[in-house]
Amino acid sequence: MTEAATLINPYPEALTDVEMRYCPGCTHGTAHRLVAEVIDELGVKDRTIAVATVGCSVYAYEYFNTDAVQAAHGRGPAVATGIKRVHPDSVVFTYQGDGDLASIGMGEVVHAAARGENFTIIFINNAVFGMTQGQMAPTTLVGQKTTTSPRGRTTAEAGWPIRVCELLNTLEGPGFIAREALTTPPRIRSAKKSIRRAFETQLAGEGFALVELLSTCSAWWGMTPVEAVYHIEDVMIEHYPLQTFRDRLAEAGRSEGDGNA
Amino acid sequence: MSEERRRAFISGNEATAEGGIAGGCRHFFGYPITPQNKIPEYMSEHLPLIGGVYLQAESEVAAINMVYGASAAGARVMTTSSSPGIALMQEGLSYMLGAELPAVLVNMVRGGPGLGNIAVAQSDYWLATRGAGHGDGRCITLTPYSVQELHDFTARAFEIADRYQNITMVLADAILASMMEPCELIPRREMDPPDRPYAVGPHDSAERERNIVNSLWVDFDVMEAVNLRNEERYARAAAEITDWDEFGSDDPQILLCAYGISARICESAVMRAEEAGVRMRLLRPKTVFPFPTQPIREWAERVDAVLVVELSMGQFVEDVRLAVEGRCPVDLLGRAGGNMPSVTDVVNRVREVATKAGVSVG
Ligand SMILES: Cc1ncc(C[n+]2csc(CCOP(=O)(O)OP(=O)(O)O)c2C)c(N)n1
Ligand code: SF4
Ligand SMILES: [Mg+2]
Repeated sequence: MTEAATLINPYPEALTDVEMRYCPGCTHGTAHRLVAEVIDELGVKDRTIAVATVGCSVYAYEYFNTDAVQAAHGRGPAVATGIKRVHPDSVVFTYQGDGDLASIGMGEVVHAAARGENFTIIFINNAVFGMTQGQMAPTTLVGQKTTTSPRGRTTAEAGWPIRVCELLNTLEGPGFIAREALTTPPRIRSAKKSIRRAFETQLAGEGFALVELLSTCSAWWGMTPVEAVYHIEDVMIEHYPLQTFRDRLAEAGRSEGDGNA
Repeated sequence: MSEERRRAFISGNEATAEGGIAGGCRHFFGYPITPQNKIPEYMSEHLPLIGGVYLQAESEVAAINMVYGASAAGARVMTTSSSPGIALMQEGLSYMLGAELPAVLVNMVRGGPGLGNIAVAQSDYWLATRGAGHGDGRCITLTPYSVQELHDFTARAFEIADRYQNITMVLADAILASMMEPCELIPRREMDPPDRPYAVGPHDSAERERNIVNSLWVDFDVMEAVNLRNEERYARAAAEITDWDEFGSDDPQILLCAYGISARICESAVMRAEEAGVRMRLLRPKTVFPFPTQPIREWAERVDAVLVVELSMGQFVEDVRLAVEGRCPVDLLGRAGGNMPSVTDVVNRVREVATKAGVSVG
């Protein structure tokens, strides 16, 4: 980064400066940056514990400059529950892909949400298993070609994609649920607001908070990074509407969470 | 036993739960399964009253991963289950061994395979001593044979787990879990948090580097180093905590080997040695990993045969054979599915084994 760029947009303290292993143009990197900026802005780096899960983001513990625990595939919410129950004053978040959260880990996320477990989930929905080379995920759209739905996902064979936010929104436990997309600058700014809100919800003790981020996997979508962004805009958002489903802080008339709670 | 101990007449499950509390457990995560439900019930009653946390997990898979998180966060933590539940925990156990995290696990074994039944069995011996999921890690495994030992071993398991940074399992069974016996209870006391410089938690980054708890090691040498450290721990444990008890003739013709509830039956059989006309000695492991290889080997030099009694079709017997290494014949009396040999069955089998080994049975 140039000096000017660094002054305007300083590199977050909550990110390490190791080189990330993501494919060029992958929005996992964007999501990391936003989370790190929020951690810095809230001033909670030293009491934050990141829970890395299994997927392309498995090395998240190398990138977030906080204490971190690496969890088994899908088990992030259970691991986060154990941590948070020992240190209620810590700030805990899991970082999970759609295979991790909505396939193998569906049980853990639903029960953590139902218990109103007071931590935050950053949920990266890229509609494929990126890490294992582009197989079908529970979020893969009908008709979408993946390495295990080579003729496109059919409902006859594989049923329908799961909308995680809508599903969790049937529960009383969550304090915040929103879906955002990592595409255009306005959408990325909006995503950051929701991520901040999800951490503020935790800091205010208002329970489980999840932000779903529609994210690109140009590598396994067979697109350029730019085409992948358009794919989210033109195709994915129609099936996964961008929306704040739950915001208990707003319902309570609190526009800002107490960053030091 | 120290004088401050209070005497109670309680079940094995309650003794185990209270042993956990005495050992410093303040965090418990578990999922109900017979025959150990009294343990989570007891913990849900007691832990919140002493500033602890009881949480009913949605499954054993979740429970062991909550244990992983709580241990990484520096807590003395425990989960308890029975055979099918322990099977579900295997991946989580492997992660804990890879991340070198301590925790206490209790298995009140029931009949299997499959949903099996809720009766007594010892058929999870391999799961306990070879298990701990995929990879090379092992559970340190303690084998109590009474309500008192369930209590004492569970309490001690916390110290052992932290000393070796390793899962420590208490391996018992459906009868020990449910039966009632007098038990001298270790008094509860406040304990300092365990010394875990690697634990995650709120801190001042000026005072320490960030901590990462992880079991992903892509570098071959780093991954091998984890395995070597674990092997070194197991070698240390073998030297420091291998434990067993012996009972019976000082000049035995037949050595009985049994652990847990089977050892109770064998004790009664040894008391009938005169009637049996065979001099017998019982060697009862109190730890099966590490295994008391040496004393078994020494007796194998002196006896005419070894008889192993276990409630499985032959798992523990393999470790005995490895210890004996062909020094004398090793026979097995194994029952399964909730069935147990009677004391008379054991005595009769001892006579058969002795006869086969050329002992002139009186
Ligand atoms: C128990 C288990 N099963 C399967 C795997 C293999 N695996 C690793 S990552 C992954 C899917 C990850 O997909 P997702 O969570 O969507 O993350 P992404 O890579 O797309 O970001 C799978 C199936 C594993 N590591 N553990
Ligand atoms: S495989 Fe897909 S999700 Fe993974 S780093 Fe590459 S682009 Fe990103
Ligand atoms: Mg994915």
